[in-house]
Amino acid sequence: MLTYLLLIGAGLFCIGIFIVLSKRNAIQVLIGIELILNAAILNLVAFGKYDKLNNGGQTFALFAIVLAGAAAAVALAIILNVYKQYKTIDPNAVDKLKD
Amino acid sequence: MEQIVFFVLGFVVLASALTVAASKNLVRSIFMFFVTLFALAGLYVFALADFVAITQVVIYVGGVLVLMLFAFMLTNKEVLNNLQQGSKRFISLQKLPALLVAVLFLLILVNAIIKAQPDNLAWIQASAQSGNVISPTDNMVPNIGISLMTRYLLPFEAVSIFLMMALIGAAHLARKEEHKF
Repeated sequence: MLTYLLLIGAGLFCIGIFIVLSKRNAIQVLIGIELILNAAILNLVAFGKYDKLNNGGQTFALFAIVLAGAAAAVALAIILNVYKQYKTIDPNAVDKLKD
Repeated sequence: MEQIVFFVLGFVVLASALTVAASKNLVRSIFMFFVTLFALAGLYVFALADFVAITQVVIYVGGVLVLMLFAFMLTNKEVLNNLQQGSKRFISLQKLPALLVAVLFLLILVNAIIKAQPDNLAWIQASAQSGNVISPTDNMVPNIGISLMTRYLLPFEAVSIFLMMALIGAAHLARKEEHKF
């Protein structure tokens, strides 16, 4: 069971990498990042089964979910600002730090 | 029976993630991401982490996906333009490097996992022998609450302050500016 969970996590991670590298839309890139985070959380949970006393895996999986939520909120605010400035959310088109 | 459900859930996770990667339509990929998250919550239940599974459903499906739909609708016009000029094929030339990186990294990861043999790791064998493994009849929610307030109090506080900072920052970034400075 543990090996299969790790293999599923590895597959999810690589699909996330592919989405981040290939998509030309910032929201889809964000979805890829969330997939990568979910692969990490899956690994934490899978190993957390073997730590009943301290329960480290599940606790840090909760922390990771909270951090992913915070990252999504900030990233979407940035995406909205980029859209206001450039009228596009293609990451390739965003190439200036100031106006 | 359990094995069948487990493998079906794993297949749904990977297949819906692949659909997210393959689909041109942003709304469709967001909703396939929804399916991925639900199936992942099922996998968490199989790893005996029911509280994490519930949290996943509440935070991701209730929070992150709604945020993504909002961002999609607020930046709608550009997406529609992108849809019309996008190429039809899944594997076009500009996606080849990304595909190459992803597949090679997958090969490395799978090779490492199979070579490491996670079920035979020393600390996992030790915890299995000393009865430190969560069994399906255990109720882990009180344990999580107690350890959050004692052993993991510092990371808990740090993460809560970080979340507050991130939300204030997001609200500050997303507000309407009256005048440019």
